[in-house]
Amino acid sequence: MNRIDELFKKKSENILSIYFTAGFPSLEDTLPIMKAIEAAGADIIEVGVPYSDPIADGPTIQESNLVALNNGMSLRKLFDQLADMRKEVNLPVILMGYLNPVVQFGVEKFCQKCQEVGVDGLILPDLPMSQYLTEYKEIFDRYELRNTFLISPQTSEKRIREIDSHTDGFIYMVSSASITGAKAALSAEQLAYFERVRLMGLKNPRLIGFGISDNATFKTAASYSHGAIIGSAFINVLKSAEDQEKAVIEYIQGVINN
Amino acid sequence: MIRIDENGFYGKFGGAFIPEMLYPNIEELRENYLPIINSEEFQVEFRHLLKDYVGRPTPLFLAERLSEKYKAKIYLKREDLCHTGAHKVNNTVGQIILAKKLGKKRIIAETGAGQHGVATATVCALMGMDCTVYMGAVDMERQKPNVERMRILGAKVVPATSGSQTLKDATNEAMRQWINNPVDTHYIIGSVVGPHPYPEMVAKFQSVISEEIKAQLLEKEGRENPDMVIACVGGGSNAAGAFYHYYNEPSVRLIAVEAAGLGIFSGKSAATTSLGKLGILHGSRTLLMQTEDGQVVEPHSISAGLDYPGIGPVHAHLFDTGRGEFVAVEDEDAMVAGIELSRLEGIIPAIESAHAFSALNQLSYNPSDIIVINLSGRGDKDLETYIKWGNY
Ligand SMILES: Cc1ncc(COP(=O)(O)O)c(C=O)c1O
Repeated sequence: MNRIDELFKKKSENILSIYFTAGFPSLEDTLPIMKAIEAAGADIIEVGVPYSDPIADGPTIQESNLVALNNGMSLRKLFDQLADMRKEVNLPVILMGYLNPVVQFGVEKFCQKCQEVGVDGLILPDLPMSQYLTEYKEIFDRYELRNTFLISPQTSEKRIREIDSHTDGFIYMVSSASITGAKAALSAEQLAYFERVRLMGLKNPRLIGFGISDNATFKTAASYSHGAIIGSAFINVLKSAEDQEKAVIEYIQGVINN
Repeated sequence: MIRIDENGFYGKFGGAFIPEMLYPNIEELRENYLPIINSEEFQVEFRHLLKDYVGRPTPLFLAERLSEKYKAKIYLKREDLCHTGAHKVNNTVGQIILAKKLGKKRIIAETGAGQHGVATATVCALMGMDCTVYMGAVDMERQKPNVERMRILGAKVVPATSGSQTLKDATNEAMRQWINNPVDTHYIIGSVVGPHPYPEMVAKFQSVISEEIKAQLLEKEGRENPDMVIACVGGGSNAAGAFYHYYNEPSVRLIAVEAAGLGIFSGKSAATTSLGKLGILHGSRTLLMQTEDGQVVEPHSISAGLDYPGIGPVHAHLFDTGRGEFVAVEDEDAMVAGIELSRLEGIIPAIESAHAFSALNQLSYNPSDIIVINLSGRGDKDLETYIKWGNY
């Protein structure tokens, strides 16, 4: 059974998904960071595939992408690093990245590799639903990869329902009209949007991401959904960490607990 | 036949590969742009501004000394005489009226050389709209006079400091800011690039170029169709405008001129059709200069306006189908052609446009052929580059 499906079957609240960019801060950090995320008690690992032109990302993730690329990260390298990850990592693993590197790698070959190393799902922000349905879905399905779509406060109810009907994993709720980046607090407007979507009775679980950074924002977001996703704030932790494993565990436990 | 399908594809190129956060913006445009721009009200205002503000129709000038040298009948389409000095303003006039009709309050734009930024700042001043232009930090340094022109016109110029800090990064930054400001802001893209409907919309606004060429040639030569139309291609908006009404006239050769920089295979080039592979950038599937790993490669051209790692999807399609002929011109040859035009016709061209003139050396044609070269802009902005080059 796909690990994403399994997770949502077991757990329906306070799910924490952690994003980091593969190859950041150092090229070979990928697997150690994944293990630390799991040891800390998070629920999903999102491994970012770095890209030269990340148009949905703010300065923090732009920088981690650039550093990772300069370190020599690539899809080829990443699949090498992940080759034996299932000996040590049990959490669902999602690759998140932009479409172009995937297209260059070859969509079919990419999916095959994902399945081979034990990747469970994909988030490709610049793959629109129409193209997914006509060109990609059949391939993703064949390799049992769950595709996650994003929605934002501007997404119409009709569109959300359409996305829900074509999703079988979870829906990624972008918390505000915004690119990625850590923010201090969630506004009343954002909470109203979370509530509006909560009341829609979608068939898929919802995780809220973009701007979630600490215990307070995590708990608030999770009270309107099944959980939340942290990216930029986690990258900032990695950036300033002296003892990486310790910093990861302390940070994540701080987000979950209290 | 060159046509766009309902999903915004020219053959296999185009589409709208955008994050969901931009979907409502793009959908709003896609649904409204044709009804608006086909409306009588829009057309009256657009035509009025093109005539009395931009200074259209631009002349179609028979360049006799150039014709003598190259042994053909060569006409110049004088887009360099447009207000602000290049064809870019045809598009910004169209988009600003559209933005107003959509009820938008703010305009954002990207710019490389600063020509599109200036053309955007200009129409924003004209319409009293708030204007922010994103420009690579490196380009801001290279194109200081245009930065100040934008500021004089009241626009805010924001440096894009990510990546290589040039045009593609400025475009990334503009897209990010559009994600951050989805409701009240219109993004005026400067070329036939970006997600559908931008490539077709910008081409429609620029198509006034070939519309005029047809009428002017008919008057001067008794025929609407030349044998050849030549235009430079950065993203490809001036070329799309010059080709538009000739796409489906097979007797007219369409020559697209790319920047070869220091040489196509020098590693310092912007010759996308020679070096690019199918890829996705800024929301469209097109030919793209990229590494084996699918990372976008930084292009090089002496002309900042051609310094882009992709081309508009319609040009990728013209290339793919063979309807367009693609020529690549190196920096040095473009500069020589720029000086040659200055000496033969008394016109200092933009270095982008100079590439189109240099292509004459690589093409074969008959002495009886009528050739139209789209002179997309004037060289004022490039004086410093001409001076630095110094060979005149
Ligand atoms: C004079 C001139 N010509 C051509 C271009 C290239 O753009 P496009 O290929 O969209 O016409 C530019 C862009 O700045 C320009 O200023």
